[in-house]
Amino acid sequence: MSCTECKLTESEKLTELSAFIEAHPDPVEAQGALIPVLHRAQELFGYLPTEVMDFVADKMQVPTAYVYGVATFYSHFTLIPRGKYPISVCMGTACYVKGAPAILDTIKQQIGIRTGETTEDGLFTLLETRCIGACGLAPVLTIGDDVYGRLTPDQIPDILEKYHVEK
Amino acid sequence: MINLTIDGKPVSVPEGTTIMSAAEKIGVKVPRLCYHPRLSVEGACRVCIVEVEGMRSLPASCAYPVEEGMVVRTITPEIREIRRDIVELLLDNHPTDCQTCERDGNCELQDLAYSTGVRERFFEGERKHYENDYSSPGVIRVPDKCVMCHRCVRICGEVQGIHCLGYHSRGFKTVVMPAYNLPFNDSVCSTCGQCINACPTAAFLEKDAVHNVMRALADPNKHVVVQFAPSVRAAIGEGFGIKPGVPLQKKIVSALRLIGFDAVFDTEVGADVNIMEEGMEFIERVKAGGPFPLITSCSSAWIKFAENFYHDMLPNLSSTKSPMSILGSLAKTYYAEKAGIPKENIYSVGAMCCTAKKFEAARHQCWLDENTPAVDAVMTTRELIWLIKSNGIDFMNLPDEEFDDPLGDSTGGGSIFGWTGGLAESVLRSVYYFITGETLVDIEFDGLRSMEWVKRQTINIGGTDYKFAVAHGLQNAHTLLRSIRDGKEEAHFVEIMGCPGGCIGGGGQPYARTTGSIPLDEKLLKKRADALRSEDRSKTIRRSYENPWVQRLYREYLGAPLSEKSHKLLHTKLVSRLPVGISRRENKP
Repeated sequence: MSCTECKLTESEKLTELSAFIEAHPDPVEAQGALIPVLHRAQELFGYLPTEVMDFVADKMQVPTAYVYGVATFYSHFTLIPRGKYPISVCMGTACYVKGAPAILDTIKQQIGIRTGETTEDGLFTLLETRCIGACGLAPVLTIGDDVYGRLTPDQIPDILEKYHVEK
Repeated sequence: MINLTIDGKPVSVPEGTTIMSAAEKIGVKVPRLCYHPRLSVEGACRVCIVEVEGMRSLPASCAYPVEEGMVVRTITPEIREIRRDIVELLLDNHPTDCQTCERDGNCELQDLAYSTGVRERFFEGERKHYENDYSSPGVIRVPDKCVMCHRCVRICGEVQGIHCLGYHSRGFKTVVMPAYNLPFNDSVCSTCGQCINACPTAAFLEKDAVHNVMRALADPNKHVVVQFAPSVRAAIGEGFGIKPGVPLQKKIVSALRLIGFDAVFDTEVGADVNIMEEGMEFIERVKAGGPFPLITSCSSAWIKFAENFYHDMLPNLSSTKSPMSILGSLAKTYYAEKAGIPKENIYSVGAMCCTAKKFEAARHQCWLDENTPAVDAVMTTRELIWLIKSNGIDFMNLPDEEFDDPLGDSTGGGSIFGWTGGLAESVLRSVYYFITGETLVDIEFDGLRSMEWVKRQTINIGGTDYKFAVAHGLQNAHTLLRSIRDGKEEAHFVEIMGCPGGCIGGGGQPYARTTGSIPLDEKLLKKRADALRSEDRSKTIRRSYENPWVQRLYREYLGAPLSEKSHKLLHTKLVSRLPVGISRRENKP
């Protein structure tokens, strides 16, 4: 998420999303565009609020139940607000054997939340993911768009601190 | 043509045919669950697996197309065992309350378990558990009974064009529900009940009314009146082992008296009155030059659907209440006054082919005043069957009995309300007289009677051509109304019935399975229509305005159609509802 977008107002975000939908040649015919549209919506809003799914359904003329079905099918989409920096700890096989559980535990202790939860200050959301395809760097985690590899638990406090500073 | 061998027999079918359809050509019916010939192919349940020589896996025959030279076997020891395991795994995540389940003896899963040879249970694992949704006045949702065949989702979207039902989440956690897990009552659900008809188990059911009806019958202060719809008499026999197509109103009257109802009236009289009011609405629009088309509003599922999906067209809808609400209103006013019973003491029951009529009964715009519903409780045909059976009545051996006066004598114009096109035909029989002053001689309109999804006929009345159009099944309502809205066609009168086939195919009718048929079966629907056709033809009076009881009602009580009193008692108001329905546009071929 680039910071210019964080600062958009809700209505500016909807205008942006609207333009994205209209950029498809024929929004009514192009129902296959639903997934990219929901991606864009989540980029803009940080999650998929009901109002945004309603907006997408109406704009694309796709039944709301279908939009909701797609949004709940893929684990990438979230219907509840996420923190500014989502932490995704890879729990794929390679990362797992290389010590991902210990990394995850350290993070939980440091920020005091469980998997799927968001910190009270809205800074972090903790997520477990399947293999992200960076097995050579195992164990791996991502924070926002940043990737951290070959991790050991003692590195975690310093990494998290960076984001507290950036806040 | 593609040539292949199924179970040792050669068969030749067009390219693109599925293995299942090819097998049916040589009389082999592969066991199935999620498959339905009128719905898109889902391939979800895997019950219809077959063996294809040279293939490593066992394809689902409902989805797999035939190939040249294919050698298929539908019966092998391995397939039998795997099918049994598949069905057993479904059972292992399904409640074991068959004996007390509404669908006991009428359940596809139960039959499938037997026919695939599940005798022992080998698996025991995690079971899902979700809350039931009782929010809707018409339809309840019981997710624990769901076997994920998705026939409800497909019928709701593809046949009814509502797309209320969808999937939530995935894998073991998948649940069928309206968008955002909204309660049915807050969703775009039309309460048509087609999901109930399509469901192989009891994951959707009508909301129970029998309990309240029995309570009213037990109350000595209540004068309980009952009415039943045309389509109920056309289908009730199916619940008692009678072939479809026999009208049984006289037995129903007899049974209802035996159970303790104080007066038994005929919804068809309400239909005759409806024709007087709606016919006159049409005449007024003809005089005023519009707005056209006048759209019928008898089908409650269509009302709910229009209120969610067609806010802009609500002014086109007739304000006349449905026959049920008309009769209910008259029972608590006209009849109450004649019989000298205070309206508060009257408990009015409807037995309907419909789950949406439960919604209509609860709809305040159809009430007499803010404390008085026109109809207090609505039972479906299925509930009526159960009410009769659970009272230990030997239905088929009951004597024939007649309806009670003054709301018991109807014309053929009331009987034909039950199938698609019947209401339009009945309107024509009367409107012709209202406009020309002459009696219409040829009163059966073949162009409106067929099972085509959308039907159109131009009829000349008094030198002017009037365009009549009819649609049944709400997806077809979309097709017709969009075409009218986009200016692609013109119509003066439009009849819309929410369910495929009209009321005879209603969401409250006996399960098609009762007669060994499948949901949406056209043959079954035609037989039910035949029952009403024979009732219409057996009547000496077939035009609603000629009904002497209706004439008396207007003379003694209402004055004239569309009078102030008629408006107060017999008309309703349509309201725009949220959420606004969104339906997929038909994809271009």
